[in-house]
Amino acid sequence: MHVVSPIREKLVLSGKSYHDVTEDICKQVEGEPTKEWKIVFGISVLVLLYGTAWVLWTWWEGLGVWGLNKTVGWAWDITNFVWWVGIGHAGTLISAVLLLFRQKWRTSINRAAEAMTIFAVICAASFIVMHMGRPWLAYFALPLPNTFGSLWVNFNSPLVWDVFAISTYFSVSCLFWYIGLIPDLATIRDRATGMRKKVYGALAIGWTGGAKSWARYEDVSLILAGLSTPLVLSVHTIVSFDFATSVIPGWHTTIFPPYFVAGAIFSGFAMVQNLMLITRVVYKLEDYVTLDHISLMNKIITLTGSVVGIAYITEFFIAAYSGVEYEKYAFINRATGPLWWSYAAMMFCNVVSPQLFWFEKIRRNIVVSFFMAVVVNIGMWFERFVIIVTSLHRDYLPSSWTYFTPRMGDISDYIFSFGFFFTAFLLFAKFLPVINMAEVKSVLKSSSEKFPEKVKKKA
Amino acid sequence: MENTNKRYWKGVEELKNDIEFVKNADREFNLDEIDTVEPTHRRDFLKVLGFGLAAVSLAACDAPVRKAIPYLNKPEDVEPGIPNWYASTYAEGGDYSSILVKTREGRPIKIEGNKMSSLTKGGVGARVHASVLSLYDNEKLKGPKKGNSDISWEDLDKEVVAGLAKGGNIRIVSNTILSPTFKKVIADFTTKYPSAKHVTYDANSASGLIQANSESFGQAVVPSYDFGKAKVMVGINADFLGTWIAPDVYAVQWAETRRLSSAKEGGKREMSRHYQFETGMTITGASSDYRSMIKPSQEGAVAIALYNKVAAILGGSPISGAAVNVPNLDNCAKELAAAKGAALVVAGSNNPAVQVVVNALNSLLGSYGTTIDLGNPVYFRQGNDTEMNAFINEVKGGQVSSVIFLSNPVYDHIRGAELGEALAKVATSVSFAAGADETASKCKYIAPAPHYLESWGDAEPKKGFYSLMQPTISLIYNTRQAESSLLTWAGAPSDYQAYLKSNWTKNILSGGKSWVQALHDGVYEPGASATASSGASFGGNLAGAATAIAGIKGSGIELSAFETIAIGTGNQANNPWLQEMPDPISKVTWENTIAISQTTAKEVGIDQGDWAKLTVGGKTIELPVLIQPGQAHNTVSVAIGYGRTAAGKAGNVGANVFPLVSNGQYWAGDVKLEKTKSGYTLAQTQTHNTVMGRQAVIQESVLSEYVKNVKAGRFEPQLQTSEGFKKPGQITLWNGHEKKNHSWGMVIDLNLCHGCGSCIVSCQAENNVAVVGKAEVARAREMHWIRLDRYYSSDAPHEEGYSPSGFRAMEIAAENPDVVFQPMMCQHCSNAPCETVCPVLATTHSSEGLNQMTYNRCIGTRYCANNCPYKVRRFNWFKYFENDSFDYHMNNDLGRMVLNPDVTVRSRGVIEKCSMCVQRIQSGKLVAKKEKRRPVDGEIQTACSQSCPTNAIVFGDMLDPESQISKILAVEKEGRAFNVLEEINVQPQMTYLTKIRNKEGVAKTEAKAAEHAHGEHS
Repeated sequence: MHVVSPIREKLVLSGKSYHDVTEDICKQVEGEPTKEWKIVFGISVLVLLYGTAWVLWTWWEGLGVWGLNKTVGWAWDITNFVWWVGIGHAGTLISAVLLLFRQKWRTSINRAAEAMTIFAVICAASFIVMHMGRPWLAYFALPLPNTFGSLWVNFNSPLVWDVFAISTYFSVSCLFWYIGLIPDLATIRDRATGMRKKVYGALAIGWTGGAKSWARYEDVSLILAGLSTPLVLSVHTIVSFDFATSVIPGWHTTIFPPYFVAGAIFSGFAMVQNLMLITRVVYKLEDYVTLDHISLMNKIITLTGSVVGIAYITEFFIAAYSGVEYEKYAFINRATGPLWWSYAAMMFCNVVSPQLFWFEKIRRNIVVSFFMAVVVNIGMWFERFVIIVTSLHRDYLPSSWTYFTPRMGDISDYIFSFGFFFTAFLLFAKFLPVINMAEVKSVLKSSSEKFPEKVKKKA
Repeated sequence: MENTNKRYWKGVEELKNDIEFVKNADREFNLDEIDTVEPTHRRDFLKVLGFGLAAVSLAACDAPVRKAIPYLNKPEDVEPGIPNWYASTYAEGGDYSSILVKTREGRPIKIEGNKMSSLTKGGVGARVHASVLSLYDNEKLKGPKKGNSDISWEDLDKEVVAGLAKGGNIRIVSNTILSPTFKKVIADFTTKYPSAKHVTYDANSASGLIQANSESFGQAVVPSYDFGKAKVMVGINADFLGTWIAPDVYAVQWAETRRLSSAKEGGKREMSRHYQFETGMTITGASSDYRSMIKPSQEGAVAIALYNKVAAILGGSPISGAAVNVPNLDNCAKELAAAKGAALVVAGSNNPAVQVVVNALNSLLGSYGTTIDLGNPVYFRQGNDTEMNAFINEVKGGQVSSVIFLSNPVYDHIRGAELGEALAKVATSVSFAAGADETASKCKYIAPAPHYLESWGDAEPKKGFYSLMQPTISLIYNTRQAESSLLTWAGAPSDYQAYLKSNWTKNILSGGKSWVQALHDGVYEPGASATASSGASFGGNLAGAATAIAGIKGSGIELSAFETIAIGTGNQANNPWLQEMPDPISKVTWENTIAISQTTAKEVGIDQGDWAKLTVGGKTIELPVLIQPGQAHNTVSVAIGYGRTAAGKAGNVGANVFPLVSNGQYWAGDVKLEKTKSGYTLAQTQTHNTVMGRQAVIQESVLSEYVKNVKAGRFEPQLQTSEGFKKPGQITLWNGHEKKNHSWGMVIDLNLCHGCGSCIVSCQAENNVAVVGKAEVARAREMHWIRLDRYYSSDAPHEEGYSPSGFRAMEIAAENPDVVFQPMMCQHCSNAPCETVCPVLATTHSSEGLNQMTYNRCIGTRYCANNCPYKVRRFNWFKYFENDSFDYHMNNDLGRMVLNPDVTVRSRGVIEKCSMCVQRIQSGKLVAKKEKRRPVDGEIQTACSQSCPTNAIVFGDMLDPESQISKILAVEKEGRAFNVLEEINVQPQMTYLTKIRNKEGVAKTEAKAAEHAHGEHS
């Protein structure tokens, strides 16, 4: 028996026709950049230039321009790395997992989310390279054949696992994103002339729109979704192994994999929320990114926020229950030691604030949603900072206990990643369709608020 | 099936396969002499040719080597790559060490102790280790100077001789001169110029002690002390393990009374008892059993009180003295009296009255003839404050026409400023300073003398104990020894080497001892067989001393000027190794501080992080504030040796406290303190003071418990498993590393480590450890491979409940804490957490138990440093060499000459750490291999173990049952031996021995241990 849910949520508003969808979305790609875009892009490029100068200075001078010390060997660098990787998770989750679960509301946000994933992973990777003392030798971390005899990477090291996890994730994400882009690139190609036609035509790699193409497209999408789904879990699991497999109290924790994955989705959704809310306004896409979308995203934020909240509390319980002196101290120090404020910030931003979304009014309030997404990302940054720095700064031998104070290098190299991220995202938003036209069209018939009569007749 | 493979043979021999045939099968001619005559086979010719061709062309492809200069005519005794050792002597301002100098290709690069000296017994302090770097100081003068302009030696000699010849009073001013031959030179000079007089003073004067001995016994000397014979020893503001008179000598003796053994039979379970009464916390106080805090004005009163209490027991007439309320006095007196004949009281005071009382007390205790030997005095301090004062008055009065300086009194004398101003009145003033220091820059001429490693010389540190100094490098700059200059000016032949040799052969060497042998040994000790003098009868004026002491009035906050181990009196202030060596107590580098107790600081309204203005009698200095646990209330301590203005770029730090203690007693009353600014971070290498009750880190007990149970104070964690309790080592995920041949390790006795810090500088010199400067130390980025963790006890109870407030209380050190020093370096874990996490295998395990770093492979992720439970790994945050931001010795060609060519200078971006001196292990193994034997125990020493004066660090092969380390471990395994952080089962190669204090009652931590055992880990 065929079961159809009685009330289908409306995913596209204002009775958009197929042509309207194409027009609305291609308009940005084809037209002159808007004034808003130019302003935001200009700022992003300036930030990127400032950040790049600092990154180059960091490379030239050495990591001493950061605030690290003999006890705290990682701080903002790895915090930023984990934070960006976490943000990247939302893209994969939305494209792959929601695709497998046939969540149709994903269609209007998956393109931007995937692009965000790719840029976020690049930002994360930049911190992997940046945090090395000798980044020009980064290739040592790859298992490359060499002439140095038995010189090889250490497969015991979680950092090597990271290299594999991140590079796999990056390549699969790129592939997924690009495959999804092909029908839309073809649409643009078909509407374009001259040089643009050639460029988009090359990018569309000969898409004809035939039934066979569509069938293959669907198959590849499903296969890639199947491939990416375990990555959603594995990447952040492996990132969490950087800490979980160590001996440092506060790092050596078996709860980390699920806790990190939940946190990653949490921050990723918040970032998607931020980006979509901006794009929605700037590109006037209110009919495609609806309040329902925002509300759904907020629900996931509340869920994952609560999951990490439980993880925080579990850590404390286990520390007390373990009876290990160092573990107990690490957690009491986390909450009440010299860095207590970072712990308080994390708890408030990640666990307390998303509980507001239990109220539907708040959940559907665009301003609050935007603000809350920022708060969540601040909180998730602090989560990583808390885990890394408060565990390191007071570990086993009290003689080596220190404090961590960031310096201009830490801050500016972090700013660099924002400069890069937004510059890249704005370029994407200008030159590629921010919403997956083909997929939105596919849900138009079933989920449009009022499917236009004339289209209905033709269809 | 039938075998169709037929065999063919060349001859019957092959068929029979006899042994002779098989052996020669591949030789063309069966002739024996071919082998014997021609080891290289004819058939190898092409191979050798080919190899030669390939090797030559490969070598030609290599990158050109910069500045490697081959010997055109190789010196006879220099083998590139093989060090030469020379015996020599360090004698600066009365500080003395008999040393061995390691030279590589003609450069002195390392100093070790000379074990042939029965006086210093191979003990070498931090300043001596660092002195090799001062040799390569590029801020020294390149030649003689007249004013600010260069002058030739000939012209200088002419002008100086003309000046001297004009007549008038001539004064030669120096610190203690240990050299008998130098004194002979001065005598010759005085014969030529009868108006010349030699004035001696010491910046760390013991003039009061000498004067008191003159009054008490008619002998103006510093006697020999033997702390090794003392069962009860008392120090009254005398830092005899750190800075007082001859700490390296005393520390060795002291350590022998503190050494314990857990051996079932014949194990030593006795310790001396050590009381210390002091103002600021010193390493001597830190190592004592009972430490009491006194104000400097109370020194005399404490001595009198002790005297009276001892006299009351032993029978003697009491003397009048103000009552003092100082803890431990009664017990101290009781035990001193009980230990009569094996007791020793020393005081650091420069007040003869105090020293007279101490002499009377020692006399009462029968110390003379047992622990004190007046008949064989030491000459470490010969300064005479009265003569120096008279000299300054003469200069001010314009009565001196010529003055020759061998020291720097303008800086390091309390009336230095006055002298500096008055120097203009002296017609001819000459300084022998190596650099234009505070005094030299005010002199008309500077006749720079070379560093002692470029010089000939000798020393007589103790009656009948001689030692020789010989140059280990030819003169670096256009300098001339002071002795030669004086001889020249006296019109005598200036060849000091010949002069020295003739003086030795004529006047010193006897009994057929040869000059060459003495030079080879470095020491000549006819006095070693001298009998100790028996008791001396005290003839001092005790009542007079009591009256003088009664006249000492302390008031308000008192300032104590003390000497630090690193900087001393400041003559090596421009040595970056010493500036960066953390003070063993305060852990401050690169500056001196106002040390003050928490209570007094609160009363005054200052705190750590502030700067304060310290005013005494109208003179003011401004320094950062240090909250110092153990500092007597209402006192502040400020180190001398800082605040130099003409020392050089590394040395001009801190503030000069000499002018503030103008009474010559190194203290002053009525100190005014005013906060000037706040928000300052002291460059300390350790900022957390207490051990937070962590017994896996510091394990300690008291002697009475140890006697009952050799495992007293041990913390043995047990882990709960499904099969019951297990030791951490019994459960493991690791496969371990096979150690077939050697297993290098160390045993570190916490009871013997008194925190002198010699190991830190020795390691720095051996392993090319970079100097990073004050700002980087303040950012906690010092590079030292070995550090001296110093923990203060806390009064807070060790809370089982783990509350935030409990922890916060445990962070605060007690007002007068117990102190533990724990040398901490790479523990060379067999289950090393660092090794598993390195992504590129830059840190791996050797087959001999070493955790090795491959700098070339390191990409600098710092994961290993994060995962090190001991936090001993150091990261090169910057390029520390050839970098103007780090303008220390590694930034100039001359300074880089001190680098050890056997150790890589690390590039920026890599991790480094203690290698257990792998270069020494390798070279020791090679030497043994060449001689076809195994390395003998003691042959290979790490820099730290070799430099440890008390042998607190013992290095060796744990697989060699005859090695000292194996023997100690065999005895202590079921005794005092423990691994730090045993419960994480990293299986270090380093073992520590528990700290045992000779105190009554159960140590605080011990009580906790008992409680603990029922708590979390059992």
